Amino acid sequence: MSRRLLTRLGLGMATLICVYVVTFLLVISAPGNPFEGAERNMPPEVVRALKARYSMDSELKYFFQFLWGAIRLDFGPSFQYHDWTCSQIIADALPVSAALGFLAVGLAVLVGVPVGVLSAVKPNGWFDVTSLGFVLLGISLPTFVTGSALLIVFAVWLKVAPVGGWGRIAHLPLPALTLSLPFAAYVARLTRAGMLDVLGSEFIRTALAKGLAPRTVVWKHAFKVAFLPVLSFLGPAAAQAMTGSFVVEKVFSIPGMGQHFVNGALNLNRGLVMSTVLAYATILIVFNIVVDILYTFVDPRIKEAT
Amino acid sequence: MSARGGQPVEARGRRPRSRAWRRFRGNRAARVSGWFLAGAVVLLVVTLPFSWAWFNVQDVQHAIRAAPTTGQVVSYTVYEQPLRDHAAGRYASAAGPVMHKASAWFGYDNVGRSLLYRCLFGWLVSLSIGLAAAGLAVTIGVVWGTLAAMAGGRVDLVMMRIVDMLFGLPYILLVIVLKTGLETPLTRLFGDRAQAANVVILFLAIGGVSWLTMARVIRGQVLSLREQPFIEAARAGGIGRFRILWRHLLPNLIGPIVVYATLAVPQAILQESFLSFLGIGVQAPIPSLGRLAADGVAAVNTFVGFWWLITFPCLILVLTLLALNFLGDGLRDALDPKSSAATMVS
Repeated sequence: MSRRLLTRLGLGMATLICVYVVTFLLVISAPGNPFEGAERNMPPEVVRALKARYSMDSELKYFFQFLWGAIRLDFGPSFQYHDWTCSQIIADALPVSAALGFLAVGLAVLVGVPVGVLSAVKPNGWFDVTSLGFVLLGISLPTFVTGSALLIVFAVWLKVAPVGGWGRIAHLPLPALTLSLPFAAYVARLTRAGMLDVLGSEFIRTALAKGLAPRTVVWKHAFKVAFLPVLSFLGPAAAQAMTGSFVVEKVFSIPGMGQHFVNGALNLNRGLVMSTVLAYATILIVFNIVVDILYTFVDPRIKEAT
Repeated sequence: MSARGGQPVEARGRRPRSRAWRRFRGNRAARVSGWFLAGAVVLLVVTLPFSWAWFNVQDVQHAIRAAPTTGQVVSYTVYEQPLRDHAAGRYASAAGPVMHKASAWFGYDNVGRSLLYRCLFGWLVSLSIGLAAAGLAVTIGVVWGTLAAMAGGRVDLVMMRIVDMLFGLPYILLVIVLKTGLETPLTRLFGDRAQAANVVILFLAIGGVSWLTMARVIRGQVLSLREQPFIEAARAGGIGRFRILWRHLLPNLIGPIVVYATLAVPQAILQESFLSFLGIGVQAPIPSLGRLAADGVAAVNTFVGFWWLITFPCLILVLTLLALNFLGDGLRDALDPKSSAATMVS
């Protein structure tokens, strides 16, 4: 177990370094820089001084400087927000996105799993067909449409929720619901497919044949196996939800990671882009490792193998 | 089935492909979706001359009435007032021919452009970007997946690690970087048609980042197919690698390729709409469903009166995505015998 964990951690570190190198190459290959735009006519000395301040005069120096900084969790100064370092920006935005993401994924599991199981128990029944409709709607509706619809109905018409923003509990339900909808749809889909696969297998027939209650068979025997694909989907999904669906944050004007990333990328703000990508990749890797560990608890076959 | 070598007519009907076709036709949702999409394509092509000519033509009368800056909550319904204005013959358009009265069916946007024509043209743009991006993604994914699986060993490992790593990057970053990277050469290639260049860049960028799942799926399929007796027999028969790939492996991959291609189209359309919503998608005068919906959301957030600006584009977007998803699901059920076996069990 611990050996397995160590290899996973090592692989994770290697992936992280690769992500760092790739992001670095992508960022420096993007043409232009924030100091030489069309509307900014700065004298060359000023540009040179600014470039030196942000270590943009030498790519190689930047590479190692940023790497050394990243190890100490110091991502350097940001271009647009002069009073803020990238680390401060991330420290501010990450908890917001994380809270929202946690809620959304939790909600998705709470809703998606029962729906998936129930529709698999009676495939092509009325529940299955209705839930399939909702699932496809959840996958097909862009989050900015659902978000705006919820906003108009609950915030503008019914006035039971604030129009947007962050800081109070009342701000949470609408964006969490919006963000969780596509995830819930996927979870329901995966659960249904997994359950259908498992319910056809022989150990289920045996369990039913020896007279166990169908409810026990479905939830204790079949569900344990059927949950595995859901679990492996939850790893990347959680990371994705946590770093913030950019669109949801924009619709509800939530100060999360998404806006910083999009703004950073659009304004060629290297430090901010690199640090958000690194944060995203780290979270993704950590979640995949966590999912891997959870696997050994859920699936006895893996425990025996190690 | 009969043990004789010849194929009687009845037996031919039982071949997997025609069985799949029958399963597909038995699926009402998928069938309706297919007809809906086919009808949409015909409609879009037939109306293209009109939507192309008028999607960006402003009608000042309506612009002033609907402009958010006047602060005036819109009083006319979608139908009445514009029609009257048209009858009076007041047009700001320099485009020559008078707009057909159908231009009022969906109302006008906040600068007085016919939403109907914008929706029609945007629908076409979205569908084209989706189809092209999905095609690109499928091509890259299939080539990458088959190469990795056929090469095996270290090459396979490296190729799949690259896929894993790209999965770890937020795709918006990749799209933006691809966009900025491609901008200079493509704008030069297209000359003064910067709008066309932008659409092409967008589809290249979306297609260039969404092939990862396809590559994984195809690799898995090839890996399992490679061990099948019929491939072994072909290899034992002295057939070359590429001939095996072309004549024996690829035909067996058609199922998953078609399914994932169908499902990749709505994905690409959705991504395009997200990018447009964030302001990095299709550029200003050119509409796309995502762009129209995003503009509608912005307009509705300021004035609730402009409900049609968000309703019609979103309705079309959702219907299109639903139809494509239903179609993909139906194709998967029809072409993937395993999944249909699973539904038959209980």
